[in-house]
Amino acid sequence: MVQFRFDLSLPLRAFRLELALEVGRETVALIGPSGAGKTTVLRALAGLLRPERGRIALGEKVWLDVAGGIDRGPEERPVGFVFQDYALFPHMTVAENVAFGGRTRAGELLERFRIAHLAGVRPGELSGGERQRVALARALARDPKILLLDEPLSALDAYTRAGVRAELHEILRDLALPTLLVTHDFQDAGALADRVGVLADGRVLQLGTPSELLAAPTDPFVAGFTGANLLPGLARRGDGGLTVVALADGSLLYSTDAAEGPVSVVVYPWEIAIGREPAEDSALNHVRGRISTLVEVGNRVRVQVGPLVGEVTAASAERLGLEPGHEVVASFKATATRVVPGGDVTSPPAPTPSRRRG
Amino acid sequence: MRRHAFAALLVVATSFALAFLLLPLLALFLRVTPETLLRQLGSDVALDALVVTFKTSLIAHVFILGVGTPAAYLLGTRRFRGRRLVIALVELPLVLPPAVAGIALFAAFGQQGLLGESLGAFGVSLPFTQAAVVLAVILVASPFYLRQAIAAFEAVDPRLLEAARTLGVRPLRAFVRVALPLAAGGLGAGSALAWARGLGEFGATIMFAGSLQGVTQTLPLAIYGQLVQDFDTALAIGAFLVVVSGALLLAVKFLPSWFSSASISPFRSAPSGSS
Repeated sequence: MVQFRFDLSLPLRAFRLELALEVGRETVALIGPSGAGKTTVLRALAGLLRPERGRIALGEKVWLDVAGGIDRGPEERPVGFVFQDYALFPHMTVAENVAFGGRTRAGELLERFRIAHLAGVRPGELSGGERQRVALARALARDPKILLLDEPLSALDAYTRAGVRAELHEILRDLALPTLLVTHDFQDAGALADRVGVLADGRVLQLGTPSELLAAPTDPFVAGFTGANLLPGLARRGDGGLTVVALADGSLLYSTDAAEGPVSVVVYPWEIAIGREPAEDSALNHVRGRISTLVEVGNRVRVQVGPLVGEVTAASAERLGLEPGHEVVASFKATATRVVPGGDVTSPPAPTPSRRRG
Repeated sequence: MRRHAFAALLVVATSFALAFLLLPLLALFLRVTPETLLRQLGSDVALDALVVTFKTSLIAHVFILGVGTPAAYLLGTRRFRGRRLVIALVELPLVLPPAVAGIALFAAFGQQGLLGESLGAFGVSLPFTQAAVVLAVILVASPFYLRQAIAAFEAVDPRLLEAARTLGVRPLRAFVRVALPLAAGGLGAGSALAWARGLGEFGATIMFAGSLQGVTQTLPLAIYGQLVQDFDTALAIGAFLVVVSGALLLAVKFLPSWFSSASISPFRSAPSGSS
């Protein structure tokens, strides 16, 4: 099996990017905040910039070996690169864009990506989803051996996004090429990738399947990136094999994870039940507070209670008559409460909407 | 009331400026009948000047485009230390008095000049030849093209060129298939501007190349030469140059927008990479 391996090291503005990875016939997502070096990795792999040290090889073929003096140009690396905003050639039609990568497969790809009817249209007239299909078709026309996708969904509005994401997932599965994609959105990464690496300050904090990252984040930063609530506190051993975490406001939370010392309590919004009174079930943890915000996300409502964000269905939100300012109780089980070392998290980034630079 | 007075002042100033700028040009056409203008344009002096001008400006233009386009591509797409200084130096001839350009050409290529001796060794003497006209035109006209061309290449999203590379294309092909078409409007405008400036070149040419009819006497030099001898011919040439320059100006104004309707896209101002 052809393996794509690389080991890169190059200085960025505030830190050094150090990354080594092996990618088989799978999709690996690198997620991290803006400025973490995600795009730089893709550019280095494609040959658009040269790392200070490193080696890139696809199977037996070496693309880059800085020590050995090998550095193939971008045109000599069989890479399919899909740029963040797709970088379609505005002066060419859809068909010309796709044929730019290679003429022989262009017709077939237009059919396959359902853009044949747009063959004579220029990119400026296409919708976001259509542009993405054209960009993918163009990248594949070259018959690449690996695929690099830079924020493939960030140029799309929330409405188109879910549909295109599902479509892209299917395409990637059918292609079965070693694929590396970067995104700042854990949901996109989780939906598209077999493995996800969380990148911060130039290095991978954790690499694993999406469910591994959700179930067992090794680091508060990783937990924050997956969309979890983070509450810093001090852990000690309590009764019955439980860990007791004292938060800054003095309240206590219980977890089945073993830990001691400064920690972060990790709990996901969908593990939190919201009620007028503490839930009378097995949930051990209760946080009382006022609702500060209510945000509808599809058929769910995100409710911010004190430091926590919980999710309830739109129907229950209505049944409970939740309004900002109401006092409610957020309850969650000790078994759904993760405790990870490192209490003084410097503002872990919540997944932010795509930030665009002018 | 105050506001109306100010508005009136603006209109008066604009009308005055327009009248002052256009009156001499209008006079050129009103002074003699169109028939006389056409007849005088057929005179030996005018025809010789036309041929010399056409030939020299065409040769000069080939050099300007041939050398200027790749140079502008480098200056417009690469970032290096001293780039702004290099661009400023390229633009220097724009503000150079024509007489200085003339004397500078002598200092460089004259028989006693910097390169005069080396050229002389090959039996080449440039001053007062058609080659001298070409050199003078290149010196004064090329910055007009370079300036515009650098700006046009700067406006091409560098990621389109990178995309071309990742699609298996060498830098030369990326230049030809992506950068050139996208910069075409600006290049066309710069080319027209440079040609217009080259057609009107007078000061450096008369100093460095002289004004020999049929050899180095271009249209502007012929106007000057005929001013006293045959005012009508001078007028006819003048009117002709007004028409040509006007056409070139229109090209400068409208070429970029014609091209941009095909090349401007929402990607132009698209964000750069997220990390």
